[in-house]
Amino acid sequence: MLKSPLKKFLRRSAGTILLAGVFIYLILDMNAWNLFLKTLFPEETEWIYPRAMLIELVGEHLLLVAISSALAVTAGIATGIFVTRRSGKVYLQTVNDLTSLAQTFPPVAILALAVPFIGFGFKPTIAALFLYSILPVVRNTISGIEAVPAPLIEAAFGMGMTRIQILFKVEIPLAMKMIMAGIRISVVMNIGTATLGAIVGAGGLGVPIISGLVRQNPAFVLEGALTVCLLAVITDRLIAGIEEGSF
Amino acid sequence: MIQIQNVTKSYGTSIAVDNISLEIPAGETCCLIGPSGCGKSTAVKLINRMLEPASGRIFIDGKDTRDFKPELLRRHIGYVIQNVGLFPHMTVAENIAVVPQLLSWKKEKIEERTEELFRMMRMESGHYLDKYPRELSGGEAQRIGVARALASDPEILLMDEPFGAVDPLNREALQAEFMKIQSNLKKTVVFVTHDLDEAIRLGDRIALMREGKIVQYDTPEEILARPKNRFVSDFVGADRALKRLSRFPVSEFMKMPASVKVNDDIDAFLAQTRKEGKTRFVWLLDEDERLIGPVDSRHVRAPFNREEDVMEANCSAITVRDSATLREVLSRMLGQGVKIIPVIDDDSRLVGEISILEIEKVTEEAALEC
Repeated sequence: MLKSPLKKFLRRSAGTILLAGVFIYLILDMNAWNLFLKTLFPEETEWIYPRAMLIELVGEHLLLVAISSALAVTAGIATGIFVTRRSGKVYLQTVNDLTSLAQTFPPVAILALAVPFIGFGFKPTIAALFLYSILPVVRNTISGIEAVPAPLIEAAFGMGMTRIQILFKVEIPLAMKMIMAGIRISVVMNIGTATLGAIVGAGGLGVPIISGLVRQNPAFVLEGALTVCLLAVITDRLIAGIEEGSF
Repeated sequence: MIQIQNVTKSYGTSIAVDNISLEIPAGETCCLIGPSGCGKSTAVKLINRMLEPASGRIFIDGKDTRDFKPELLRRHIGYVIQNVGLFPHMTVAENIAVVPQLLSWKKEKIEERTEELFRMMRMESGHYLDKYPRELSGGEAQRIGVARALASDPEILLMDEPFGAVDPLNREALQAEFMKIQSNLKKTVVFVTHDLDEAIRLGDRIALMREGKIVQYDTPEEILARPKNRFVSDFVGADRALKRLSRFPVSEFMKMPASVKVNDDIDAFLAQTRKEGKTRFVWLLDEDERLIGPVDSRHVRAPFNREEDVMEANCSAITVRDSATLREVLSRMLGQGVKIIPVIDDDSRLVGEISILEIEKVTEEAALEC
């Protein structure tokens, strides 16, 4: 049997592609939403959030997640690498504590605290998401690198690799699986948490949810929440696919 | 040549290596041995500057190692560690290419060298190149580890308990292979081991260490025959006469055997043998000179009958390979209750025979020396 890379790709990612198709269809065709939500909540008079197109909200949401996750991943990996170097080892415990603190600190509180300083909108949301999602990246980078067996580092060192070469040729490749898992958790978490941005006017899929709460219209809430769910599941699958090397 | 001069290395208050001096001539294998914590591994890491000495100097071919950048020095010294240390995320080929790549060799040169290494290790390169270390057996991984250390054809090879984690059977095979390779390549080898038998078998010289100091640095023969003090004699043990035997490869002591092929006139040959009376056992071979079994010339009456007169059944139990040592031969003789043993090569062809008399001669000479 012919095993072309395309076939392999299709077989492995058929589920993800199907989900992505459903998702794209749903954010384009509001009739389907209308029909679905109408059936669920027949007593309401409106079923689709009227003030913004769903596709716009998805765009805003993705922008929030993309920027905050890019920052968190970059800073998280860099920090994780730094505290596993000989020169950075002294900060390991501090960084562990700080990242734990950042994650246990409620993002809503961060938003509330940030608004007086940097105002409403996009920026405080990015800050809150960044702080909230950096922990899994840092943690997994640290444990991934620390899990590289010491004899391998020693072998690399004894063969004449510099510390930088050991990092890029041995430590990072061997820690990659763990780091990717951390990124996956971080991004997926961010997709859910980014709905909070609506509170401070950053837009995104939180907007219909908040509006639904205020106007006591569960249809709006479900519209926003279901889209976030789908987005999170698809992203999770995509990153998992990258981990397995099928993309 | 490696010269270690008054080198000391300490960790905090504990002294790992205490003012040692050692000269390892080019092309020789020096085994560092001693109880755990005696500083033997530390001593090796000082040579390629994985560790820096607190005081003292180390010269390689007369040049002070401090004059080189540590990384560059290490790339020109082969390094093998226990548990192999193959990188699990790289294929066998990529593992072997690590040091050549650090030295910026061209792709073709690396490929050529890899093929050469596989020929040297007598392994089928096509079978291994794209495999990952987890797909190899322990012995195979260790061979690849040695090949990787030899990749850039370094003059010096540092081996830190390389065969320590391999099962005894594989270890013996690896030792025999190492000796074969080393007898061709003549590298300067520093070999750390905690196994005295291994040191005796492989070392041209043995440095016995204790608490950071070198207690005795001599040829294995000297260490076994004239231990310098109580510690050394305790370390080599009461069976040192037996241990000495592993210094002698059977290939140097075996004699040309009397043999006859299945298609020859066996009766005539046996009659002739009986008449001459020099030897009692005759080895029966097939057309390809492979050993079938021993024939007792005194008992066989013409006509020769293969089924009755050849002791085929226990033949493999009494043969030894030509890479074996006299110690293995003696052990085989005692185990099987025989006084004469045939020696075969890798293709099971008969290349010689050895009797207990030859072994006795060797031990007598050793006793005279003492």
